[in-house]
Amino acid sequence: MDVEILSRIQFAFTIAFHYIYPPLSIGIGLIMVVFESIYIRTKKKEYEVLAKFWTKIFAITFGVGVVTGIVMEFEFGTNWATYSRYVGDIFGSALAAEGIFAFAIESSALGVLLFGWNRVKPWVHLVATLAVFLGSMFSAVWIVIANSWQQTPAGYHIVGEGMRARAEIVDFWAMVFNPSSVDRLTHVWLGAFLSGTFLILSVHAYYILKGRYVVLSKKAFKITLIVATISSLAQLFTGHQSAEGVSENQPAKLAALEGHFDAKAPADLYLFGWVDKENQEVTGLKVPGGLSFMIHQDFSTPITGLNAFPEEDRPSQVNAVFQFYHIMVAIGMFLIALSLFAVWRWKRGKLFDKKWLLWTFVFTALLPQIANQFGWFAAEMGRQPWVVYGLLRTSDALSKSVQANQVLFSLILFFIVYFILFLLFVYLMNKKIQSGPESEIDFDSTSLNKEISNVISK
Amino acid sequence: METFLGLDYPTWWFLVVGGLFSGYAILDGFDFGAGAWHMFFRKNSSRETALKAIDPTWHGNEVWLVIGGGTLFAGFPVFYGTLFSAMYTPFILFLLCIIFRGISIKFRNMEDMSWWRKMWDWSYSISSIMLAFLLGVVLGNILNGMPLDNNYEYTGRGFFEFLNPFSVLVGVTSLALFMMHGAIYLLLKTEGKLYDRIQSFLKWGMVFFIMSYLITTVYGLTFLEHLSQVFKDNKALFIVPLLVFLSIANVPRLASKKQYGWAFIFTSLTIALLLVLVAFELYPRLLLSSGVEKHSITIYNAAASTKTLKIMMGFVAVGGPLVLLYSYFVYRTFWGKVKLDSDESY
Ligand code: HDD
Ligand code: HEM
Ligand code: HEM
Repeated sequence: MDVEILSRIQFAFTIAFHYIYPPLSIGIGLIMVVFESIYIRTKKKEYEVLAKFWTKIFAITFGVGVVTGIVMEFEFGTNWATYSRYVGDIFGSALAAEGIFAFAIESSALGVLLFGWNRVKPWVHLVATLAVFLGSMFSAVWIVIANSWQQTPAGYHIVGEGMRARAEIVDFWAMVFNPSSVDRLTHVWLGAFLSGTFLILSVHAYYILKGRYVVLSKKAFKITLIVATISSLAQLFTGHQSAEGVSENQPAKLAALEGHFDAKAPADLYLFGWVDKENQEVTGLKVPGGLSFMIHQDFSTPITGLNAFPEEDRPSQVNAVFQFYHIMVAIGMFLIALSLFAVWRWKRGKLFDKKWLLWTFVFTALLPQIANQFGWFAAEMGRQPWVVYGLLRTSDALSKSVQANQVLFSLILFFIVYFILFLLFVYLMNKKIQSGPESEIDFDSTSLNKEISNVISK
Repeated sequence: METFLGLDYPTWWFLVVGGLFSGYAILDGFDFGAGAWHMFFRKNSSRETALKAIDPTWHGNEVWLVIGGGTLFAGFPVFYGTLFSAMYTPFILFLLCIIFRGISIKFRNMEDMSWWRKMWDWSYSISSIMLAFLLGVVLGNILNGMPLDNNYEYTGRGFFEFLNPFSVLVGVTSLALFMMHGAIYLLLKTEGKLYDRIQSFLKWGMVFFIMSYLITTVYGLTFLEHLSQVFKDNKALFIVPLLVFLSIANVPRLASKKQYGWAFIFTSLTIALLLVLVAFELYPRLLLSSGVEKHSITIYNAAASTKTLKIMMGFVAVGGPLVLLYSYFVYRTFWGKVKLDSDESY
């Protein structure tokens, strides 16, 4: 295998792995802020217990997020040197700002968040929690702006030629608010809220099913459900905004998302399907003219298809892009349906009656994770063959001096290390969840496990 | 070229990046040092105390690396691309060690089994040693110069080219320096028997550092003449090596008086001054071409546009004091000797 393919596999693998954790940290962070604020206002012990419990889980996701993130920052230099020189002027400032404004706040406050319960006043601790949460929101800002600039470059001009060509900023704010950054940032934030909140719902549904911490878990579940419902509804909106943006700025990507080949024809909207690239056919369940309607509010307006682009300028993995995109959307719809259904049962006072509903929540924690991964895969693979859309090709962006055996070596090491890391992560999460919040006995005397947990939670 | 207070923007940015990396070396340096000594503690309680001494703050220290990397990317994209791709193997190892160091600290106390703790103790200690060594190795290669072509692309080949005698010497020296620095930090954080033990570690640390520093300097003066050129051209600059010497000499003096607070300040100063020395040896170059001189990467041909540099100077002016402010707050919160059985939650 050559350097290009190895480097791409390595980048995709390391970023996809990194992206398991940040969304969890952001989403859990949000709910930690909520629990802790309620505690400070009401002084009720159970919210303190909840805040502390989720802080422990947060410590794990955050820890893995940080170490895998540092890899990402330097991988631009190690594997994509030409790209780094090309975008440095624009992109570097986003990364530097991320470090100065987001990571620094986050990590300083983290010390207080984790170790400071007894050292600082409660409100100072809340400020630290809030700072960690806002810091993580901000770190998403800069990185998504940088990525959005790659998708829809703006506010730059090109200087130099050939190997020395590079993009330079002419208008900072045009770079920051490039055509896709706002849509994508809100979409990414909400995706993070969804993965955090559905994990919390999952864990508390599990406790209720097992008859542990029942009173506590019901409270936590309801509060989190509100956030999850709002986020999943809003996610549909931001996703739609993104799709409109893609149709305007990256027509080849839009065509790949829906498997639309004809250069100029009304396009269909598929619920699911399979793309046969050879014969340029999609088989599946569709709304004829649906895509045209979504974008132009008219079923017969033509949409630019893949065939309008020369072979070398369009994404090659059409079916993969199509599938990733459709699975993400399907998950989005499912999350909306599930959370609305749960709210409806709650209104009727029957939220916790049905075991199957609780079990559904237990397993749903995985779905936002999958949607987040597949969303990025669709967005990034749909952008191919460009690294910087329309400007720099992926095959030109490599480090010229790095050899295949070096990348193979690092790739194998990353596989091994990340595999271990993932096992540890799952093991420790499971352990923390099984051992549960500390002082069950204080407020949840209905539990049968009173005696046992007394011994366990020494 | 546009200037600001008499210096051009690339030079300002050279100072910013240099300042950040010095900050990183001083702060994470004592974490590496503490980690390197870790396996020399035999009792579990000693190891726990030593770990607790750095636990609340090491992550904040690591952020200096993140910011340093970001500012390097932003300010000198050409250098960023060439350096990290040229030093591919050591950097990948560095990143893997960063991972292991971080998770070892986080995961060690999450289980009670003694094999679990031992395993993380080892991985913590080995990765800290490797991190200190690899940082030095990369610095050694920068000082040594590298084969570059006219697109500033590295032309060296081979897995192990980064391991040349000079870079290994610099690597060992930086390990020794951080071990001395880390031992002093631990002395500030411990008491009782452990404190006594670390005092004897410190003696060894100082000997180790002074020996390796001398050898490296002699080797550098003999084989890497381009490095001492500036000082020969401008005699006034001899003040820099002189200050380095004085600063190093102060460490054993203060240590023998048990004034570890001051000793810590002087090891920090030593780290900073050594980097100032490096800066003088290089400026205005960032990476020396070992072949054709004009292929060298300088702060001018590597710099981002003046506009970007200005925008980011704004970031630094606003963000820098903020970072210092909350770092100060965090250190103050955790000031003083480590107590093992305090009821901190984790
Ligand atoms: C700041 C920039 C940035 C950000 C935030 C992301 N990516 Fe990306 N991605 C790149 C910048 C980039 C890149 C450097 O531009 C790559 C490397 C090669 C390429 O074509 O684009 C890339 C490639 C790339 C590929 C390989 C595509 C292919 O080769 O066909 C995948 C699957 C992903 N990315 C997935 C992700 C995921 C899961 C992300 C979630 C965090 C993500 N990307 C964020
Ligand atoms: C290629 C892209 C990316 C790079 C280069 C990158 C870089 C980094 C780095 C260097 C860190 C560690 C910082 C520290 O020490 O605290 C980190 C952590 C983090 N990153 Fe990324 N990142 C990328 C993608 C993303 C994306 C897309 C998001 C947003 C949704 C994101 C959100 C975060 C967050 C929230 C953290 C803090 C740790 C955590 O919460 O788990 N990152 N990232
Ligand atoms: C509800 C229906 C949804 C629609 C219509 C939708 C639409 C889109 C579109 C069009 C893109 C590509 C944007 C681009 O390339 O610029 C995208 C990307 C993405 N989606 Fe969705 N999405 C939906 C649900 C979700 C859900 C539920 C999640 C996660 C929980 C999610 C996570 C992501 C992520 C992480 C990306 C990549 C980042 C980005 O490009 O914004 N999406 N989505």
